[in-house]
Amino acid sequence: MDPLFEWLCRMGDSTLVLGQRLSEWCGHAPALEEDIALANTALDLIGQTQMWLGLACETEGQGRDADALAYRRDVWDFRNLLLVEQPNHDYAHTIVRQFLFDAWHFEALTALQSSSHSDISAIAQKSVKEVTYHLDRSSDIVIALGDGTEESHCRMQDALTHLWPYVGEMFTTDAVDEALNGVVPLPASLRPAFDARVTAVLSEATLQRPESDFSHQGGKTGKRHSEHLGHMLATMQFLPRAYPDATW
Amino acid sequence: MSSEWPLWEVFIRGQHGLSHRHVGSLHAADAEHAIKNARDVYTRRKEGVSIWVVEAAQIAASSPDDKDALYDPADDKVYRHPTFFDIPDDAGAM
Repeated sequence: MDPLFEWLCRMGDSTLVLGQRLSEWCGHAPALEEDIALANTALDLIGQTQMWLGLACETEGQGRDADALAYRRDVWDFRNLLLVEQPNHDYAHTIVRQFLFDAWHFEALTALQSSSHSDISAIAQKSVKEVTYHLDRSSDIVIALGDGTEESHCRMQDALTHLWPYVGEMFTTDAVDEALNGVVPLPASLRPAFDARVTAVLSEATLQRPESDFSHQGGKTGKRHSEHLGHMLATMQFLPRAYPDATW
Repeated sequence: MSSEWPLWEVFIRGQHGLSHRHVGSLHAADAEHAIKNARDVYTRRKEGVSIWVVEAAQIAASSPDDKDALYDPADDKVYRHPTFFDIPDDAGAM
């Protein structure tokens, strides 16, 4: 196992799976403006996926391309965070998931801009502009809905309680991270800035940050994805698997 | 009170130092939200470098019923167009 390939798949699979999840809202969001905003975010993430998985393929040197990784691997080969494969459920879950991911993503990309690996640094520099906006937007909505009506507050608190156990995985450090020490930041080093931002936004949103630090594991190592990922891939991969030579 | 977000009119300035132009409208909870929505709805193909939003209710507009009185009187006043001056040759292109 090449740690660089593994790490690039973690980045690219997380943006791919979240991009796919968000695109499930296309045509169904609660307002036209939200619909387009989510689709824009989804497209940003898919664009980042092309860069991360493209670089993973170059690193691997086996002649695969980003599409081969996205559409021709099965669940156990995916290395995305468990957080991003969780279903959309309602708008509260979608937005809380987005905010927690954005807050991590922003810190990760900010640190990656100064990576000693020039391609990683270039991808981070391009992506951080998009993610700055994603975070700005998801923070605003968390505050608006958390400190909104009684119903919106309850839904946001439920979503936060449900999704909080997926936060810890973003900051666990394993052999892959250690092998790349100096090239990419250790995940644990991103936690203080994440905590500061999340605490501030949740407090403005009048939401209670869950106390438990229990965290599900197994997404970014591929050892134990939740049952939701396979169903999502079945939809996402249907077309290229049924029509392998399709072009458009 | 309506649970709908109020309507906002959106004005975008293109790349080349032009004026802001009205491009359409959208719904948003407040001004900041309207700017973000305008960014997502109206600038996703690099249409602009600056956004103005105005709550539609704040715009005062002339009534279409008044158009005869307001605009027809200008019909026969061609002398208001500055086309009756001889431009000296050394003024060059105007």
